[in-house]
Amino acid sequence: MLESYLPILVLIALALMFALGSVAFSFIFGPKKPSEVKLAPYECGMPLIGTAREQFSVKFYMVAMTFIVFDIEVVFLYPWAVVFKQLGMYGAGVMGFFVFVLIIGLAYEWKKGALEW
Amino acid sequence: MPEMLSLSNDPILFIAVMLAKILAVFVVLLLIVAYATYAERKIIGHMQTRLGPTMTGPLGLLQPIADGLKLFFKEDIIPAQASKVAFILAPMMILVPAFITVAVVPFGGDVVIGGYTVPLQIADLDVGILFILAMEGLGVYGIVLAGWASNNKYSLLGGIRSAAQVISYELAAGLSIVAVFMLAETLSLRGIVEAQSGSMFNWFVFSQPLAFCVFFITSVAEINRVPFDLPEAETELVSGFCTEYSSMKYALFFMAEYANMVVVAAVISTLFLGGPAGPFPGVINLLLKIFFFMFVLIWMRATFPRVRYDQLMFMGWKVFLPLALLNIVITGAVIVL
Repeated sequence: MLESYLPILVLIALALMFALGSVAFSFIFGPKKPSEVKLAPYECGMPLIGTAREQFSVKFYMVAMTFIVFDIEVVFLYPWAVVFKQLGMYGAGVMGFFVFVLIIGLAYEWKKGALEW
Repeated sequence: MPEMLSLSNDPILFIAVMLAKILAVFVVLLLIVAYATYAERKIIGHMQTRLGPTMTGPLGLLQPIADGLKLFFKEDIIPAQASKVAFILAPMMILVPAFITVAVVPFGGDVVIGGYTVPLQIADLDVGILFILAMEGLGVYGIVLAGWASNNKYSLLGGIRSAAQVISYELAAGLSIVAVFMLAETLSLRGIVEAQSGSMFNWFVFSQPLAFCVFFITSVAEINRVPFDLPEAETELVSGFCTEYSSMKYALFFMAEYANMVVVAAVISTLFLGGPAGPFPGVINLLLKIFFFMFVLIWMRATFPRVRYDQLMFMGWKVFLPLALLNIVITGAVIVL
């Protein structure tokens, strides 16, 4: 069973070698003429204002939290979908209730405005 | 059919065949990625009544090679304020998942080599589709890391926007294909191709048109292509997460984007268009389907304006997510009744 993952390991090694190799190649053969201005972060060619390590909108956190809840739902749905035909009516009923609860959650979030940008 | 070739019954042949398959797929993928850049410039050029590249080689055919060579010999700039390790690691973290996702895509039926059956697929995983989703998810880390490590405001914004966009659309994409598993009763891509075998009308694009549309659009959003290319939005974010990158590190981002296009085209062809099924030998059918979707992606870039961020979030959470859920309910009802 585990041997079906062996080719993927080899492919990862090949892709990593390719990525490392090409970066190393350009690092070795490219010109190196650093200057203070060249190494400064780009900001429209103007002197920097403040730092880039700043706070960003809290909405991104809302999206991430909602994502986790629904992603777990997706993970539950996959094995259920594979055996759906064998489970028949019972499986449909049980999962129907599970999805119904989640839809209520989505509706609540929608109503509260968590999905507004 | 003879016995399946495995590590236990003929280890040397198994490893030789495995390496041959991996090298073949890797080289073909690299070639498609290189010439996708050429095709994109040529096609968009003609759509805008320009000629595109013409000077390098006949019809400009050597342009991708010239571009690659040029990038090899450019200065590799690492900004003084950047977090060095993360800055160097980020482009590789995007490229590697993009390149290994093709491992589970079947590119033909079975062939007999040395008395054993060999499937034309690098790795036939039982959970192939989970592997694809996992790898697509891993790519986000590279983008966020690149945005954060650059220590540049544009990059940070691009990286965070991208993360929110990808996770929003990953949900709808993941939900839309649940209906496909309900019909195919497997998560293995090989099994899904077999479930669509027979006539062309067994392809899931006909029985699951809604899932096909939702999955296609959400996939375009997941790989940050136009009209969902907000993370790189040249006009406002100056290329977003790759603003500070130069030389080969920039080229890795570029290649990862095109590799992701190939992967998405291959996955859609496999899930909805019967994979290698068709009138020609398997590999050619799959390649033709991939080229078709690549053309559509390029065509979209020449046609659509970029969406606004609030429109993007609206579509992801309030249009595609409910549509995907609805599609599961409808499919379930049809199967049970």
